[in-house]
Amino acid sequence: MSKPNPSQQNARYAALAAVLGLAAFAAAPLAQAAEPIRIAVIAENSAIGGIAITNAAKLAADEINAKGGVDGRMIEIIDYDDHNSATDAVRAFQRAASQDHAIAVISSYMSEVALALEPWAARLHMPFITPGAASNEITRRIHEDYEHNKYTFHGYLTSTELAQTVCNFSHDVLVTKLHMKSTVVMSEDAAWTKPLDNEYLACLPKAGLTVLDHIRFSPDTTDFTPLFNQIEAKHPDVITAGISHVGVQPTVQWASQQVPIPMSGISSQATTDTFWRDTNGAAQGVILEENAAPNIAVTAKTIPFAQAYIKRYGVTPGYAGYSAADDVNIIAEAVKRAKSTDPDKLVAALEQTDYIGTMGRIQFYGRNEPFTHGLRYGPGYVTGVVVQWQDGKQVAIWPADIATGELKFPSFIKLPEQHAGK
Amino acid sequence: MLALQILIDGFAISALYALGAVGFTLIFGVSGVLNLAHGGLMLIAAVAAWYTAGELHAGQYIGAITGLAFGVLAAFLTYFVVVRPIQRSRAIPRDETEIFVLTGTLLWGIMIQEAVAYFFSDNPLTVPALISGVANIDGVRVPFNEILVAVISWLSIGLLWILVNRTRAGKALLACAINPRGLTLLGFELGRIYLLVWLIYGLLVAAAGVLLATFLGTSSGNTGALTASAFSIVVLGGLGSVSGSLIAAYVVGYMETLTAYLVSPQIRTIPSLLLLVLVLYVRPQGLLGRR
Repeated sequence: MSKPNPSQQNARYAALAAVLGLAAFAAAPLAQAAEPIRIAVIAENSAIGGIAITNAAKLAADEINAKGGVDGRMIEIIDYDDHNSATDAVRAFQRAASQDHAIAVISSYMSEVALALEPWAARLHMPFITPGAASNEITRRIHEDYEHNKYTFHGYLTSTELAQTVCNFSHDVLVTKLHMKSTVVMSEDAAWTKPLDNEYLACLPKAGLTVLDHIRFSPDTTDFTPLFNQIEAKHPDVITAGISHVGVQPTVQWASQQVPIPMSGISSQATTDTFWRDTNGAAQGVILEENAAPNIAVTAKTIPFAQAYIKRYGVTPGYAGYSAADDVNIIAEAVKRAKSTDPDKLVAALEQTDYIGTMGRIQFYGRNEPFTHGLRYGPGYVTGVVVQWQDGKQVAIWPADIATGELKFPSFIKLPEQHAGK
Repeated sequence: MLALQILIDGFAISALYALGAVGFTLIFGVSGVLNLAHGGLMLIAAVAAWYTAGELHAGQYIGAITGLAFGVLAAFLTYFVVVRPIQRSRAIPRDETEIFVLTGTLLWGIMIQEAVAYFFSDNPLTVPALISGVANIDGVRVPFNEILVAVISWLSIGLLWILVNRTRAGKALLACAINPRGLTLLGFELGRIYLLVWLIYGLLVAAAGVLLATFLGTSSGNTGALTASAFSIVVLGGLGSVSGSLIAAYVVGYMETLTAYLVSPQIRTIPSLLLLVLVLYVRPQGLLGRR
C-alpha cells in the first residue's frame, strides 16, 4: 500500500473530525437527557458499619436504576472513604459539591463526623442525610437555626429516642417478665452517648429499673475487666450499654470472664452477622436495639432488602445499611417531587417525605418540632426493634407484634429468680 | 478480694507486656534497631491466627501456630525489606542510619496497619481462648486462658534466658550486644547473628500478638498503642536491658491495673506515662540501662 501524501492525510483527518463532531453533536441532547443524578456517599470503608452505608446505597441505586431511574435519569453513587476522620469527610464533602456535582450527600454513622459536615451542608447548600449518627445535637442545630441548617436531615433515630426504645423494651420484658429491678448504665465516652445516657438515667427508673451506677469509659479501652468488676460489685440485674465504637472486645471479655449479668441496650457493632464470627460466638445472649434486622419483617421491604444485600455482599447489612438504602430512595423520590435538583427545592421536597422504607414509615419532623428534620418516632413510624443473639442468629424479642422468640441466656448468667433462690 | 483481683490481673497483663517488650529490647540491644513496626508485627501474627482459627475454621491451636509462623515471616520481611537495605545503603551517612531505620520501620508499621484495615476491616480481632472456662481463685473469677497467657509468656521469657545464657549461639548474641566488632575479630559472622536475633524476635513478637488476640483482642487501630507501650516499657527499663524491661513491664502493668481498678479505667495509662517522663528527667538511661 502506498503511503498517503500529506494533503491526502489532512483531508482524511478533516473527514474524521467532521464525523466525530457530528456524532458528538447528535449525541449531545441524548447525553443531557440521561445526565445522572449523583449522590455522594462518604463513609469509613474499613469499618463494617461504614462500608454498609456505601454498599447499601449502591444496592438501592441499582434497584432504582433497574426500574428506569428517576424520570429516566440514572442514580450514580460516588463514594468516598473518610477513614473515620472528620477532616477527610469535610474534604470529601467539598469535593462532592464542587468537583463531582453531587446533588446530595449521605454520610457517616459517627456523630462527630456528621456534626463536622453539618455546617458545610449549610455553607454549600448541599442536602445532607446522615444514616447512622445519633447525637441530638444534629437536629438541635437545625431547630435553632432552621434557615441556615435546613439542608441537614437526620436519617436515623436520635440518641434520646434510642434510649427511649431501650427503656420501653426494658419495661415490657426485663421488668415485667423477668422481674428485674436494677441496672448499671455502661456507655462509651462519645458525642452520641451524652444525650443517650441522660435519657437512660431519666427513663430507666420510670421503666422500673433503679440505676445503681453510671459508667462512662474511653472508646480506646481494650481491657474491660476493671469495668465489669466495678459493675459486678453493685449487683445489678442487667447492664444497660451504649456502645458503638467498641463492641467485640467488651463482649468477648464479658463471655470469657463469665460476668453473670445480662448485657442489654445499644451495641452497634453487634448489628451485623460478622459480629457473631468476630466474637467467636461470645455474643450469645447479648440483647441489642436496632432499627431493622435481616430476618424481621419491620416492613414488607426489610427482608427483601437484607436478602439482596446478603446475596451481593455476603454479609448482613450493618444498622446504617438499612437507613442508607432508605435515604437513597428518599432522595430519589424528593428529586421526582421537586422536578429539580435545586438544593432549596430538594430540601422542601425532602420535608414532604412519606416513605415506607426498610426500617418503618419515614417522615421528618417539621421546623417547629424539637427534633427538626429527625425521623418521626413512635408506633406507625420508626420505633426500632430489640433482638437477642441466639446460636448465631438475631431473634426478635420486642415489640411483641414482631417477636419471633423468647429471651435465652448462656449458663453463666444469673437472673433475678436465681439470685433469690441462692 | 479486690486486692487479689488486682494482683492476678496485673500479673497476667504485665507478663504479656514483658513478652512484648523483651523482643523489642533484644533487637535493639543486639542489632541497634528500634523497630517501630513492632505493633504491626504483633498485628500480623494476630490476624493470621484469627483468620486461620475463625475464617478457615482450623481451630485455635492451628491458628496460634499459623500466627507464630506469620509473625516470624513478617519479622524477616521487616529485616530484609526495610532494615538491612537502610543499614547497607551508601547514600545514608553512617551516623544517621539509626534515624533512617527508625523512620523506615515507623512507615512500615503504618503500611501494615493500613493494609490490615483495608483487607480485614478495622474491627477488633479475637482468637478463641486456647482453653475456655474460668477458675475460681478465692472468690475471684479468672479465665483459664488468662492464666495460660501468663504461663506461656513466662515460659517464653525463660526459654530466652536459657538460650542467651546457656547456649553458644545465645552467648554470641550477648557478645554482639556488648561489642560487635570484637565478635567479628573472633571469627563470628555478624550476618548470621542478626538472622538468629530476628528469628528469636519474630517468635517473641508473634507469641505476644497471638496471646493478646486470645486474651483481650486487638485491632489495626491498636498497633500504634502496642508499639508505644513496648517502647515506653523498654525506655523505662533501659534500652537494650532485658531484665530492665521485665521489671519495667511489671511496674507499668501494675500501675495501669491499680489505676484502672482504684481510680478509673479512663486514665489507665496516665500514671505510667508520667513515671516515664519523670524517669527521662532524672535517669535518662532508664532503670537498668547502660547508656
